Amino acid sequence: MSITSRFNPRTNQVDRTGISVAFTVGLYGAAFGAAAVTAGFSILQSCLLSILLFSGASQFAVVGIMGAGGSALSAIATATLLGFRNALYGLQMAPILKVTGLNRVLAAQITIDESTAVSTLQDNEADRKRGFYVTGVGVYIFWNLFTFLGALGASAIGNPSVWGLDAAVPAAFCGLVWPRLKNKLQFIVCGLAIALALLLTPLTPAGVPIITTVLLAVIFGWKK
Amino acid sequence: MTPIWIAVIGASLTAFLNKYVGHSVPERWLNKPRFMRINTLVPIVLLSALVAVQSFADKKELVIDQRAAGVAVALVLLKYKAPFPIVVIGAAITSAAIYNWF
Repeated sequence: MSITSRFNPRTNQVDRTGISVAFTVGLYGAAFGAAAVTAGFSILQSCLLSILLFSGASQFAVVGIMGAGGSALSAIATATLLGFRNALYGLQMAPILKVTGLNRVLAAQITIDESTAVSTLQDNEADRKRGFYVTGVGVYIFWNLFTFLGALGASAIGNPSVWGLDAAVPAAFCGLVWPRLKNKLQFIVCGLAIALALLLTPLTPAGVPIITTVLLAVIFGWKK
Repeated sequence: MTPIWIAVIGASLTAFLNKYVGHSVPERWLNKPRFMRINTLVPIVLLSALVAVQSFADKKELVIDQRAAGVAVALVLLKYKAPFPIVVIGAAITSAAIYNWF
């Protein structure tokens, strides 16, 4: 990346981690682009979500809910609640990055799961900063590139079921939720959320069964 | 403006606000144990609910079709620690095979 990285094996290691994470996650952008187009978003709208929203889980939620016929309000509310963890990442990154003005705006935009995770793995301040930026910028580039390719590919396809795209979207959500299930309580809450969402599906407008499950998070998170 | 445009612009704005607020407020405002516990569960319930609805809902009806088979394959692949793209492609191939040949 720079002259220093060529001579400093540690910095090189940070860059390698960041870029490999960025590329792997970026590939997932193709699944998003395809999902968005399948859900009825134009290529432009799909790409704008990756450029502006830039947070995988929230983006999948927006297209998932709109595609199922949900209202814009329930899509926005669900995406916003999912994005709240990025605020906590910002809290964690602020004392390390120490940025103001336009730099803070740019750093905020790339404050996501992956940039924070790679940063946290480093053992000194300089590497934490570098890990954050290399990963954040890397994911941004690859995620947007692959979103475009995925959207373009899917728009060339007629019926999404023929290519299995209808299953690719829930599979993508499985991939997002799986690494978060670490203890018994979380598995139970996951099961209850599935049950509640399915129970409400025939009874409420699309989107409502999803956002209602936040009640479960509040109930089970209230007491230790 | 169509509902999709409203969703794209609205969700992009709140996403940025979430990120920017985190960088700008004092830590003690957000760093509360109860809030942290709830916030760990929020993505779990929302994403689980999305998996359920995307797998079994057809408008307001619950159905079992090729998608359920695709998701089952995705779960098996995740169990065996397959990388994300393989999980998604595995689900797509399974679902497509059932849709096209049965």
